Amino acid sequence: MSVQNNTGADILGKIGAALDKDSDKAARAATAAARIESPPKNLIPNRAQVSPEDQVQLFRDWAEEVSATTDRIEHLDDLPAALAAYLSSQNLPSEIKSSDDPLLGRVDWTRQPTLTRHLGVAIEADQASLAVAFAGIAETGTLVLHAAPENPTTLNFLPETHIVVLPRSRVTGDYETTWNRLRNEIGSEPSSLPRVVNWITGPSRTGDIEQKIQLGIHGPRRLHIIIIDEA
Amino acid sequence: MVEATTTQFKSNVKKALVDKQLQKALAGIKTGFVHNRKIASERLEEFEDLRDRARDIKTHTIQHLDAYLEIYQQNVEASGGHVHWARDETEAREIILAICQSVDAKTVTKGKSMIGEEIAINDYLEENGLEPIETDLGEYIIQLRGEAPSHIIAPASHVSKEQVADAFRETHKNLPAERSLEEPDELLAEARAMLRDKFINADVGITGANFLIAETGSSVIVTNEGNGDLTQTLPGVHIALASIEKVVPTLEDTTTLLRVLARSATGQEMSSYTTFSTGPRRAADLDGPAEYHVVILDNGRTDLLAGDFSEMLRCIRCGACLNHCPVYNSIGGHAYGWVYPGPMGAVLTPGLMGLDEAADLPQASTLCGKCEEVCPVRIPLPSLLRRWRDQVYVRDLGDWQTKWALKWWAVFAKRPALYHFFAGPKMQFLGWWARKKGHLKYIPSLKGWTRNRNFPAPQGKTFQQLWKEKRK
Ligand code: SF4
Repeated sequence: MSVQNNTGADILGKIGAALDKDSDKAARAATAAARIESPPKNLIPNRAQVSPEDQVQLFRDWAEEVSATTDRIEHLDDLPAALAAYLSSQNLPSEIKSSDDPLLGRVDWTRQPTLTRHLGVAIEADQASLAVAFAGIAETGTLVLHAAPENPTTLNFLPETHIVVLPRSRVTGDYETTWNRLRNEIGSEPSSLPRVVNWITGPSRTGDIEQKIQLGIHGPRRLHIIIIDEA
Repeated sequence: MVEATTTQFKSNVKKALVDKQLQKALAGIKTGFVHNRKIASERLEEFEDLRDRARDIKTHTIQHLDAYLEIYQQNVEASGGHVHWARDETEAREIILAICQSVDAKTVTKGKSMIGEEIAINDYLEENGLEPIETDLGEYIIQLRGEAPSHIIAPASHVSKEQVADAFRETHKNLPAERSLEEPDELLAEARAMLRDKFINADVGITGANFLIAETGSSVIVTNEGNGDLTQTLPGVHIALASIEKVVPTLEDTTTLLRVLARSATGQEMSSYTTFSTGPRRAADLDGPAEYHVVILDNGRTDLLAGDFSEMLRCIRCGACLNHCPVYNSIGGHAYGWVYPGPMGAVLTPGLMGLDEAADLPQASTLCGKCEEVCPVRIPLPSLLRRWRDQVYVRDLGDWQTKWALKWWAVFAKRPALYHFFAGPKMQFLGWWARKKGHLKYIPSLKGWTRNRNFPAPQGKTFQQLWKEKRK
């Protein structure tokens, strides 16, 4: 390990020597620490700085432009029926591998007895998964999800069909709002982020064969977003 | 092993210019990426301002690079990850192999990583008995074909779908020989199916990193396929490959860079998957890697920082300068002879490999300025190319014609009036000659170039004349 430390010190030393021509090391460290202590907001585009209702519409428009599908329901208890309807419209079995997010714990699943919901990580055999978004970003129709014991990351990538529940109140204009929410809600120990934060904008795609866009290489072929007004 | 051929630039170019399949593929890049970037940049009213901000963030970071890297390392370690430093490709390879061997790894899945290409990690792992599997579809295709990438974000853009089908038949021997592989979706389905098991059974996953965030100790990958996420989620060990200039101060700074990255690269508003990873699996997590490592490579970058080319360290590898470059669009990526092609490669490669190894690359430009016009972090690529050309001259590496031409150019350039006097009539003559046909088919001193590509006819006025008129 000491060899490694030497290599790091060596590289940092070379960088320092190059920079010392124009500034001194202590000043550089102070400037860097200050920027991290209170990150400048930078420039946030106007596009999504609109009313909450318009943000929901903007979110749906952008998500659909990148081939996601969206649905909107009023109550949490409408979710089982909406899920069953979507799965059947795609000729998929009425079975889903699901996150154990507390929000889904409040759903009355007995309303849709034919729908089977399994909890846990996704495996190769799972055809469809259900996850809950931490946020929806209107600026580009981007979902934000993050890893947690009840939210395994494999749910977002292994199954061919990825269904994401998004409470309306979690739709925001820009990414920056979400960073602040994450910093405040998740806490900042030891560093400020969950193990993985996923921004998801549409289903998996590739242009690697003759530049023709095709959906569903490796990740989900379908991304279906269900916005819930009261959740 | 794909050998670097940076010293054979001229013969590479000759081959590329007569390669029909390559020329067809390059036409696709020109229309697809260029068109999409234009639309995306026009749809976001703040796009040009965001480019200024992106440039400033990168400049600020580079000016405080040692400080941000130190903070980054502390935060990686605080979240349970490991940082490994590598002075050069040999050290980087050894570090990666040692991590793989520490968990008795047999197979390694790989997301797309230009650093991985730079250190030729696949060859090294293979030599040491491991099986590295590229999972980005384009990288998978070129791995099967034993080639280097021809584009930094579309590595197999030179390959036709028939050639992909041939490579698949050659490799996937356990599938029925009579299956149809004519359509892109058949190729896609086969690749998806073949790579599934590889993802699930891999012992180690290696990805690149578009950014490292000092504030949180996170690495960021940007992909469209989702292969990078499967690569880093399913195996027990995740290794992210990065280089010193990838660090960015904060989440907000990273976000600004992300706003210009995809728009400049593919013309997407945002790539499908942008993933921020911080440390290994947490105690109660049900999935994710048990170990998280980041390898940070120097490989000549500290020399760039100390010298005249530090602006190149702003590059976020979007590929826009390739897509918009008339030279790249005529000769493709392989002609540049190493992993970084196009204008960014012509500046970076001599810096990383040494000028002796790549003296011809800075000549691979018409200095038309299109690259600088589209670069999201506003790197003055033409000036940097000129700077290398000066060094080539000084170090006496160029052939005598180049030297001679440069010498006279310098005589004129230092005397604007003289330059103006000669350039004007000559341009007018070229313009008159060409306008008869619309395009120049032949210019004596540019033989190799104009045989395969019509030179747009000068419009009869030099830049300086136009500039004067514009200012009136
Ligand atoms: S030099 Fe600029 S345009 Fe070229 S790849 Fe780098 S960031 Fe993109």
